[in-house]
Amino acid sequence: MLYTAPPLVASAAGDHPGFLSPSGVEIAFLLVGLVTLGAAVITVTTRQLVHAALWLVVALGGLAVEYLLLTAEFIAWVQVLIYVGSIVVLLLFGLMLTRAPIGRSPDADSDNRWVALGVALASAAALVWVVVDAFRTTWIDLDGPAQGSTRVTGAFLFRNWVLPFEALSVLLLAALVGAIVLSRKRDTDTDTGTATDAGTDTPPRPAPTGTPGTTDRPGKGEKR
Amino acid sequence: MHLAYPAVLAALLFCVGLYGVLARRNAILVLMSVELMLNAVNLNLVAFDVWLRDTLHSGQALTLFTIAIAAAEIGIGLAIVLAVYRNRGTSDIDRLRDTAETDEAETLPDTAESDTAGTSDAATAPGRTDGTTGKTKKAEATT
Repeated sequence: MLYTAPPLVASAAGDHPGFLSPSGVEIAFLLVGLVTLGAAVITVTTRQLVHAALWLVVALGGLAVEYLLLTAEFIAWVQVLIYVGSIVVLLLFGLMLTRAPIGRSPDADSDNRWVALGVALASAAALVWVVVDAFRTTWIDLDGPAQGSTRVTGAFLFRNWVLPFEALSVLLLAALVGAIVLSRKRDTDTDTGTATDAGTDTPPRPAPTGTPGTTDRPGKGEKR
Repeated sequence: MHLAYPAVLAALLFCVGLYGVLARRNAILVLMSVELMLNAVNLNLVAFDVWLRDTLHSGQALTLFTIAIAAAEIGIGLAIVLAVYRNRGTSDIDRLRDTAETDEAETLPDTAESDTAGTSDAATAPGRTDGTTGKTKKAEATT
């Protein structure tokens, strides 16, 4: 850890000028934070749905840069990989699969947006006041070995957090299975739709699921 | 670095996400706002982890877990939104008021008639009747 940390800090300093001087870090953090906040505001206020997803990329990428500035290097790249790489792509797929209108959609915002604005402003004022009041005199010491390099991350993740890590993999598997089951619903819909066209509703549907041999449709058994 | 910078940024991001969750009408935009809120929490976790110099690095480990759980959440959420869109033909949250307890409940039988008449052609009704008990059928009839 101590062996590799100084080169990592040096390389990070090369990526971001003024990394080792606190004021420079603060200025960079402030600028990137303004970009991130602006992109987030545009994300929640724009009337073009696809543009909202693309501005979300800017916000999440800005947050990745903030992680880099906070020396959490591995988390920054995980952020880029998972959020920008997969979640935004999933959201874009979702927008297109629900036939989101390209261009402006006048009903993107609900009618209670002024109430929402009031709630958001009130909570923002309260949170900022409390946070600034609480942490007015605390400083993050960014010098020394990097807190979140890949080596450090691997060490603490697989030394102290192995059990939650494995439990998380089980959760991801459950989410994967659940998403597949939910997404395959359309096949069962069309299948039962054609099957129960003559009959009105539910009774024909559970019969093949309860006793799979009664109907000889191959799609049924494959879907189980 | 002053700790107030990341803390204030996280608070503001959280409130922006809160506004989005409350004000947006499309379900996918609401999911995007939820992602913003989760990211604000992640920024707080990382900042406080770096500040405290925790030997266990709880903050960064929890950040990684939060990112993974957010990925799972967005997958399940999008699958649900797609299923709702397939059944109802819309992903507007304001129109999904089947379980809302309002005064409009008295007018529900009329809408139920029109709903079943409208959707019987699309054959969406059998897809929602996975439960075969009479209770769910009754519930279905009232929606």
